Amino acid sequence: MQSRPSYRRVFLTFARNSLIREMTFRANFLLQCVSATSWTLMNIGFYIIVFQHTDAIGKTTGWEQSEFFLFLGTTWLINSLVQTFFMPNAQEFSELIRTGNLDFALVKPIDTQFLISFQRVEWSSLSNFVLGVVLLIVSVVQLTTRGQAIVVNGDESRFANEQTISIVDSNGTASVLEFNDGRSVAGHHPIVIGEGKRTAEQMASAISEAINTLPGAMLTANPDENRVVLEQEVQIKLGASVTALANRRWDLEPLMFVLYPFYVLCGTAILYSVMIGLAATSIWLGRNQSLYNFWFYITNFSRYPMEIYQRSWGWILWGVFTFVVPVLVVVNVPARLLAQPLNPRHNWEWWLTGFALMATAFSLLLSRKVFQKALLSYRSASS
Amino acid sequence: MYVRVVTWWTILRIGLEERLVYRADFALGTLMRFLPIITQIFLWAAVFETVGGGSVAGYSYENMVAYYLLTMMSRAFSSMPGLASGVATQIRNGEIKKFLIQPVDLIGFMLLNRIAHKLTYYMVATLPFAGVFYLCRGFFVGGWPPAETLLIYSMTLLLGFLLGFFLEMCIGLISFWFLEVTSLLFVYMLLNFFLSGHMFPLDMLPDWAATIVDLFPLKYLAYFPAAVFLGQLEHAEIIRGLWLEIGWLLTFMVLSRLMYWYGVKQYSAYGG
Repeated sequence: MQSRPSYRRVFLTFARNSLIREMTFRANFLLQCVSATSWTLMNIGFYIIVFQHTDAIGKTTGWEQSEFFLFLGTTWLINSLVQTFFMPNAQEFSELIRTGNLDFALVKPIDTQFLISFQRVEWSSLSNFVLGVVLLIVSVVQLTTRGQAIVVNGDESRFANEQTISIVDSNGTASVLEFNDGRSVAGHHPIVIGEGKRTAEQMASAISEAINTLPGAMLTANPDENRVVLEQEVQIKLGASVTALANRRWDLEPLMFVLYPFYVLCGTAILYSVMIGLAATSIWLGRNQSLYNFWFYITNFSRYPMEIYQRSWGWILWGVFTFVVPVLVVVNVPARLLAQPLNPRHNWEWWLTGFALMATAFSLLLSRKVFQKALLSYRSASS
Repeated sequence: MYVRVVTWWTILRIGLEERLVYRADFALGTLMRFLPIITQIFLWAAVFETVGGGSVAGYSYENMVAYYLLTMMSRAFSSMPGLASGVATQIRNGEIKKFLIQPVDLIGFMLLNRIAHKLTYYMVATLPFAGVFYLCRGFFVGGWPPAETLLIYSMTLLLGFLLGFFLEMCIGLISFWFLEVTSLLFVYMLLNFFLSGHMFPLDMLPDWAATIVDLFPLKYLAYFPAAVFLGQLEHAEIIRGLWLEIGWLLTFMVLSRLMYWYGVKQYSAYGG
């Protein structure tokens, strides 16, 4: 007799059984897929409408439409994973406690938390995963093909003084520029970058001066929007005076194929921990009806870029949902890794990435402790 | 007539008592429902910062937040949790028989029951609502609207309640013909959330969509009262809206009667 059960095989059996069960009623399965995705589509619809009225969520955050839709895609990837693998189980768990059927799980020769967490797989929720992937692909294609836009912004703080910015000229050679002091880096072309805040019009004329020697270079400047966009790749005239140049070229870094899925899984693990922790409390509370409302309201905070909370009393929310219940890093870290260019990175972004790793490990451990502690208080129920 | 009033009063009282059993849970639930507004406040703050102050679809930042708060108010009147599904269940499991043999009218009973629900809801929810609105008073930059607007506003809320009731009643009564209406209800809920203006002010829609949505009754359930309160609509628009709303209300009142009448005729009582 094997002393230790094969968790992999047990899980595969669970998954297969759930699939068989869902496939028994195929029309119902399809209907569930449709209803699950229609919520998502509505959510996407909302943001399409929002982006009809604005260019970005936040001024210097870099969450423009395509980047934000990457964010949204990430949200749905993670949410669908949670809904597929954990949501039905957590719901079942409260019911098991209430009816006393948890007894049957306790006597099985397998880890109780594993059994409780993986018993059911709701395959229909994976339809949102597919939708998330589609959203990701569409956004990535949009980002890679949107051309090279140079955003000029007098208040742009995203690019700090010591940071380097690279600009690819029409010959395909990259120039690395340094901000604010006009010194060239690595022997590339020096560009004098002016100081002080200027209006968009002033910046536009400065840039026009710089590039107007080029035939066919198009420059559109919209003073209302406070930004200038170059319609095509241009060569910056050497020695020209411009206020600030930021290369918004977006490339899919190969590293992302590893980092992104990894952090998506981390996010899923954090949400799982919160969920199983909440579900375990129903052992103490008897029945926990508002559990899922509570769950919904907490995770609601995770669905937005964390920058939006970084103002006045939002910092409190930001602190609580980053460090106490780390739901803010769930979507933000993978989405930011993928959406924002890897090269000009703030230091805090690396700290955040490291922190997300710690938060994942810590949440998993803590939820395990809570679960075990809660099990000790389980008193079964009369039948 | 007297007997009738007594019957109605009894129904109303039973409904009230039934609902007041779980008042603490109720009040807490009401407060929690405001939580998503917090994220909306920050989301819109970020959007308005990007736009550079100014306005989005005719809303200033303060008005936008006030709009979301006011839709909560509209929904407190127009949302009918469990009405359609309740009616559908009663039809499916045969419980509706009692309305056929007792001298009580199903739609009237349900309406009174719902009024009782709402009254208890307001009793318990007034405090959390008042608290949230007090905390958010800074978003109501216009202060209190003039008395005339307030009067029209309360009218739109009451009409919203009635419209919501009869609309959902009709959907519930569909189960005389289709026993399973869960998916239909889901579609209704989705459309309601999106097109009633609960999710965003309908002024944000592109013109072609706005014209279509304008003809639907759903906008009276959340958008219309809020827009009236905020003074987003011109006088003529308000009057036109009110007439359209009354038109929709009468339509659904008559429709629910007809549906009930024909539904009962071909109804075969299942279950015991």
